[in-house]
Amino acid sequence: MAKHHITTTLNGEEAEYLCEPQETLLDVLRDQVGLTGTKEGCSSGDCGACSVMLDGRLVCSCLVLGVEAEGKTVETIEGMADGEELHPLQQKFLEEAALQCGFCTPGVLVAAKALLETNDNPTETEVRYWLAGNLCRCTGYDKIIRAVMDTAADMRGA
Amino acid sequence: MSGMRYQAPGSVDEAVALLADANGAARVLAGGTDLLVQLRLGMISPDLVVDIKKIAETQGITADGGGFCIGASVSGAEMGENADLKAAYPGVVEGAELIGSTQVQGRATMAGNLCNASPAADSVPALIAAGATCTVAGPGGQREVPVGDIPTGPGQTSLGDGEFIVNIKLPARPANSGDAYLRMIPRTEMDIAIVGAGVNLVLDDSGTCTAATVVLGAVGPTTITVADAGAALVGTKVDDAALAAVAAAASAAATPISDKRGTVEYRTKVAGVMASRAAAIAAERAKQA
Repeated sequence: MAKHHITTTLNGEEAEYLCEPQETLLDVLRDQVGLTGTKEGCSSGDCGACSVMLDGRLVCSCLVLGVEAEGKTVETIEGMADGEELHPLQQKFLEEAALQCGFCTPGVLVAAKALLETNDNPTETEVRYWLAGNLCRCTGYDKIIRAVMDTAADMRGA
Repeated sequence: MSGMRYQAPGSVDEAVALLADANGAARVLAGGTDLLVQLRLGMISPDLVVDIKKIAETQGITADGGGFCIGASVSGAEMGENADLKAAYPGVVEGAELIGSTQVQGRATMAGNLCNASPAADSVPALIAAGATCTVAGPGGQREVPVGDIPTGPGQTSLGDGEFIVNIKLPARPANSGDAYLRMIPRTEMDIAIVGAGVNLVLDDSGTCTAATVVLGAVGPTTITVADAGAALVGTKVDDAALAAVAAAASAAATPISDKRGTVEYRTKVAGVMASRAAAIAAERAKQA
């Protein structure tokens, strides 16, 4: 079966790849493009480890076909830092140790960034519901929630 | 799923032709939040996936004869961002927004929720209560079908070969009307309803209910429209006695199964509780409308 030739804007730059129709965007990002920051957890849309932005919407990349990204904008964890300068969320997660094994962290960061871009002053409840689709088996969530709240406060003050 | 082809037609007619030519071996892709899971699990292995999101008629939320036309590609997130739709049909929107996580909301569609035909589909009871119809396109042209006629059983729909849903239409809102959807889940988020209840009702100027539809989800193979519960509201001020009658009628109509998330007894009881609470919320909204 012929592969599809896909052109996207990936983390601000044009990117091309060839993919089979059944390959997910997650497969393509990790195996074709070599961006392995996006993690494969459940591959059924339940865990959020593969969270990316697709045309400005937070999605699970395991629930998107690679071919669907044609002409679209994709943002992954690799595009979050500005060169060597970490995004405030990344910096805060390090300072407050809001991770343990780190497997869920890229997805959590991408999702949290999406929240703060639409709501710069979320309540704890809003943060918890927004991130309900990002499962973490280590932290018990409290440190993650606190780091997001603290980042939001810092960014409002900046 | 080796050998699967992917097509993203730009028109309804092209999509119908592709689906019809595949003789039942094609699947429609909108948000993909059910389809990709089923592909991954090997539950389905279609020859062809037809992505309908590039078809203009499936896109966007538009005013339609005083009501709304919601394209089959419209995600839950888009619905939640539409202030007019939320104001007119808060129950429909809250049902759609209960589906999955923020990530799933970015993709999942009501048309997909309807066609996936889960008995516990969260967006369906409120749609039926609201009197929603859908436009079905197929080899024979287009037809308008009540939303409740699409699911025929778990995972089964009335759609024929080559047919797909183009949009879902909500009628114009009468004065003093309101809707609500509530569900019960064992967790606080990210779970499948063990009972869902959608209510849509109309009040007159004195606050007396003149029309009401009560629809249950997750307590039967398809949704259950509880005529006795609607009738128990009509002619009342949606007071405690009327709400108790709604609860009794809903519990009597429920035919749930027992599973790890709830027993028959529990679901039967909760069906009444959810229906009566949803009716009270719908009435409050109707008074403010």
